[in-house]
Amino acid sequence: MAEQRIDEKTGTRTVGHEWDGIEELDTPMPRWWLYTFYATIIFALGYVVAYPAWPLVHDATRGVLGWSSRGEYAREVAAEGVRRSAVREELARIPIERLPENSKLFEAAVAGGASAFKVHCVQCHGSGAAGSKGYPNLNDDDWLWGGDLKMLVATITNGIRQPGNDQTHMSLMPAFGRDQLLKPEEIEDIASHVRVLSAQEKPSASAQRGAALFATNCAVCHGTDAKGSRELGAPNLTDGIWLYGGDRESIVQTIANSRGGVMPAWGTRLDPVTIKMLAAYVHSLGGGEAIVPPASPTPNPAQPAPSPTEAAPAPSANGKP
Amino acid sequence: MASPEDLIAPRPPRYFEARRKIFPKAVRGSYRNLKWAIMAVTLAIYYVTPWLRWDRGPYAPDQAVLVDIANRRFFMFAIEIWPHEFYYVAGLLIMAAIGLFLVTSSVGRAWCGYACPQTVWTDLFLHVERAIDGDRNAQIRLQKARLGPSKIAKRVTKHGIWLVISVLTGGAWVFYFADAPTLAREIVTGQGPYVAYATIALLTATTYVLGGLMREQFCIYACPWPRIQGAMLDEKSLLVTYKYWRGEPRTHGLKRAAPERVLSLVALAANPELAPRIGDCIDCNACVAVCPTGIDIREGSQIGCITCGLCIDACDEVMDRLDRPRRLIGYSTIADEQAAGDGKAPEHPMKRLLRPRAIAYFLIWASIGLAMLFALGTRSRLDLSVSQNRNPVYVRLSDGSIRNNFTLKVRNMQSRPREVEISIEGLPGGALWSETAARQGAERSIRLNVPADKVTKLRLFVAAPSDGPSRSDLTFRVRALDAEGGEDTHQIHFERPETGR
Ligand code: SF4
Ligand code: SF4
Repeated sequence: MAEQRIDEKTGTRTVGHEWDGIEELDTPMPRWWLYTFYATIIFALGYVVAYPAWPLVHDATRGVLGWSSRGEYAREVAAEGVRRSAVREELARIPIERLPENSKLFEAAVAGGASAFKVHCVQCHGSGAAGSKGYPNLNDDDWLWGGDLKMLVATITNGIRQPGNDQTHMSLMPAFGRDQLLKPEEIEDIASHVRVLSAQEKPSASAQRGAALFATNCAVCHGTDAKGSRELGAPNLTDGIWLYGGDRESIVQTIANSRGGVMPAWGTRLDPVTIKMLAAYVHSLGGGEAIVPPASPTPNPAQPAPSPTEAAPAPSANGKP
Repeated sequence: MASPEDLIAPRPPRYFEARRKIFPKAVRGSYRNLKWAIMAVTLAIYYVTPWLRWDRGPYAPDQAVLVDIANRRFFMFAIEIWPHEFYYVAGLLIMAAIGLFLVTSSVGRAWCGYACPQTVWTDLFLHVERAIDGDRNAQIRLQKARLGPSKIAKRVTKHGIWLVISVLTGGAWVFYFADAPTLAREIVTGQGPYVAYATIALLTATTYVLGGLMREQFCIYACPWPRIQGAMLDEKSLLVTYKYWRGEPRTHGLKRAAPERVLSLVALAANPELAPRIGDCIDCNACVAVCPTGIDIREGSQIGCITCGLCIDACDEVMDRLDRPRRLIGYSTIADEQAAGDGKAPEHPMKRLLRPRAIAYFLIWASIGLAMLFALGTRSRLDLSVSQNRNPVYVRLSDGSIRNNFTLKVRNMQSRPREVEISIEGLPGGALWSETAARQGAERSIRLNVPADKVTKLRLFVAAPSDGPSRSDLTFRVRALDAEGGEDTHQIHFERPETGR
């Protein structure tokens, strides 16, 4: 290292290095800069003492303030709970059929229901509630057990085919083939008839034979017009929606082996407010049916006006008992 | 300067450089007057603007300039900017930047010397200081004086007034963000929002520190602009220059300079060899004493010079007393100075202003401005955006038809409620209904009232027969039903399953 010396022209020390004859002046830092620098050091020392800083083997230093990000998170969650309690209380108080009248509350319920749905329901019904084979699409206007808010709450609370719950939706379709109630060709004939009913096939001799078999074996539950029964959860066989598929093979399978989906009774796991919110969310997906004529929608009275009496079900859905 | 002792036994190194405190002297003159005028105008604009009213009807605030953060609106007289129109603000910022290029390349650091807030407030603080401590010499004396009652009183008064100015400065800022009279009442009665007090406190602190304590240090050490400007100036930019060819060599005192007055400048320029080796500068240091950044302009163009022109006024005064021509220090370009030094005539000022570089900057600047004005004049105040809800993409209804769900956002940027009609075009057999209505009433259009100055979000269901292409064009149209009218459309697709029914 070259020798430090004083530069004659400026009176400043050089740093002592020399590169090809060029030297650098050891110009002092401005005082404010230096003090700011010292201040940051002091701040850092204080910070290390006050907050968690040094990682240890299984843990980290705790810091004298006792702050932790987990603790902060817990506090925020608790605060959010307090913030929401007002809405939850209001939701608990309001009867579900009056919920649509309070558009603000309904909106809040839909939002809450959407997130509860993501936790509890997407496993079967899918994240957009579109369902899949055997798991109903909740966006459409076809309801096995009923699609008004009250029935949605009842269904979510008590589930479907849940043993030990006397409120649950219960029904059982016979396995006509497996239990040898019908012969295979009879099942084929009924399938033909059902496909004619839903306008998927042209009338045929097989379908004609199937019609007679249907009247004696199936009409008990599905109705003589095959439009189903909500009491029994018997689907409408004349519409365009098939839970297990409307192709011949699927229908034959269904008649031969029966079908009977289950759904948990969420009343044992979720609180009534969450169930209300879930019902509101499902109802809002576009297929929900009305119990009461909907109150005039605030603040944008969207046209066209709802029909005078029954607002929700489209004619085809309405045709179900 | 290093003293001889230092060279023998070097001092221990200093780790910091203390500030050389400067005491700018008061000065009178044309540039000082210009500074006064600009200071008055800029401060007036700053303090008065939030108090101007502008009637926008019952649904919008009637403050002329208002940054409404809660509602995300920016009001400026007749113009209202929505968040999605933020490109106007971006455009203004670009114009400001190019405007600075234009000004800087033509007339140097005019912004720094006259209009920069740091300059304006520092200047204001300097005047307060002079009013209390006296002018330069008195200030220096006071600085050296022992701390006694009178010095304490002066210091307390000075810093007190500075703080008052700082509080008023910070206080004026918050009025741009809320209704000024209401906020003023709330602040005074202690009911103002926390953020208002915090902002005032912060801006008070920055004004006091930057304008009162840091002053020229901010310009020299902290501000990035002088560095950028250095790259933008050239030999044809107007700068404060010391005419070295006229001033040098300097002489001390009037007596030695006076006899040389007989030799005219023209003669001097024509026959430099005849010139006496004596210049006009009498080394009186008046130009250094008045400089707010404490530099000596006679050392040439340098980063510390904010081109405030105060040294010009100071030197002019000296030249007047000497009966010499003014502007030994003056605004000039380096090219002109070199030409004059070589005895040539300076360029015409117009030619200097109208050089290609300045014209290019001006054209860019003006076209951005015109484009923005055009956009502002033709922009629609009714706006529709539609997105399809794609989970699921389509829903089959029990009658076999297909339903798609859409989320519409209708922006009514007018400050009054409007009735609009939303309709669909294309999609044969399609009908729409809103989430609050029912399907059997579905039609091709719905009406709704959109509140003033708000975005209305609604979900719409559109159903159509299932036989059709898997993706058909669908246009949503929003149309205002009042006399003024106006409409907007949004193109989107209607999706069906591949297999049809
Ligand atoms: S004020 Fe003019 S005469 Fe006095 S030192 Fe400055 S340049 Fe020279
Ligand atoms: S040198 Fe002159 S123009 Fe430059 S900052 Fe100082 S007083 Fe102002």
